[in-house]
Amino acid sequence: MKTHRGERLFYIALAVIGGTYALLVVLMIAANVAYTTPAHLETALRSPEIQASLKLTLWSCLLAAAFSLIVAVPLGYLLARTNFRGKGLLEAVMDIPVVLPPLVVGLSLLIIFNHFRIGGVSLEQWLNAHGIQFTFAVAGVVVAQFSVAAAFAVRTMRGTFEQMPARVEEVALTLGCTRWQAFKLVTLPLARRGMLAAFTVAWARSLGEFGPLLIFAGTTRGRTEVLSSSVFLELSVGRLEGAVAVSLLMIVIAVGVLLMVRMWGGDRA
Amino acid sequence: MIEVSGLCIRAGAFALDDVAFSIPGGAYGVLMGKSGGGKTTILEALCGLRSIERGSICLAGRDVTSLAPAQRFVGYVPQDLALFAHLSVRENLAFALMVRGKPFDAHVEELADWLGITGLLGRMPDGLSGGEAQRVALGRALAFRPSVLLLDEPLSALDEETRTEMHGVLRSIQKKTGVTTLHVTHHRDDARALADVVFELRDGRVARQS
Repeated sequence: MKTHRGERLFYIALAVIGGTYALLVVLMIAANVAYTTPAHLETALRSPEIQASLKLTLWSCLLAAAFSLIVAVPLGYLLARTNFRGKGLLEAVMDIPVVLPPLVVGLSLLIIFNHFRIGGVSLEQWLNAHGIQFTFAVAGVVVAQFSVAAAFAVRTMRGTFEQMPARVEEVALTLGCTRWQAFKLVTLPLARRGMLAAFTVAWARSLGEFGPLLIFAGTTRGRTEVLSSSVFLELSVGRLEGAVAVSLLMIVIAVGVLLMVRMWGGDRA
Repeated sequence: MIEVSGLCIRAGAFALDDVAFSIPGGAYGVLMGKSGGGKTTILEALCGLRSIERGSICLAGRDVTSLAPAQRFVGYVPQDLALFAHLSVRENLAFALMVRGKPFDAHVEELADWLGITGLLGRMPDGLSGGEAQRVALGRALAFRPSVLLLDEPLSALDEETRTEMHGVLRSIQKKTGVTTLHVTHHRDDARALADVVFELRDGRVARQS
């Protein structure tokens, strides 16, 4: 009986300490809901700027997440399955976007595209000559989101491949597969839940990205404006209710996508 | 036949030196030895999954020492079975033939019949019993009619009754296919029930016992 009570106290203590954080998250959402009104939300949703921002947010996050997954699968696989000279360095490099202040990421992108010159021409100038613009342009939004989101996707994919026994691929090799075939027919299908998780993490990270966007893509109203920059723009002109309405919209989109992914992932398990 | 001579494998502090043994074509060889002694390492080397320092491996009259796993025509059943969890039992059995672009439907049905798993063909590997999973792994390894079958502790996780049942399955499959088999185990019962030739791995060396 005494042990029973001690056990209960143990779990109650854990729940109380951990619960404070869960409570904070719930309070943050509740604060947004309490502050805004249906009228504020309707005004925000009817605004052509916010509509354009919403549209750009959805497809830029989608592209950034897709590009993140494209690099995360090979990098995650190499880091999980192979040992090579410089692996420690590569691991450290992969952690940099995670720990770097977001503004520094944006500033670094700005320098890469505009101040590194090859043959007297910067990357941005060379791209401009070919009709493509990144700095302070829509493509820059995707690059800024991708540059941070990909690091999170790589971490997720590495974990996925580390948990998958190499033995299944080895058996596929003995059954007649080349490395490519084993990867395509066995490894990737088995990693699909991890890929979905990596895509979701990258998508969510892209949705919340602001610092690198501000510096590299700018927050030009109706042009390079995504929902995170809409919150900033609304606040900067003193429209707190607009900022809160857009924040709520972001919460709804994020929770909706996470629920959708979880249901989809669960169905296929 | 399986013919291994002068095989030397090193992995960190672990080493196998001058491993040599031979199993005649169509015979059932059992390799005994303590856990951690290097039995699995030898099987991996035969499959081409582990690089060797020296020595040669001949399978069915071909020197396969420097060939890729896919070119060795070896059916391999690892200890953990490593069934493809995303494929049905039918697709697991058909995998090797599908990769080779060969027709597989009739052969898969025949194989399933031999192994007594026809009723499982539509199922996914998750939820199969130990004995059922073992039969599926065996069928997957045999589907492309390999000349050599390598079994790594295939019965270690099974209860006594299923184990005896699997002895019968292994014997009848070997009789039907005539595949040269190397079965790695630390159970004397397996050797007694199945082996034509028995080897023992001790202190990094393989010696024939019978």
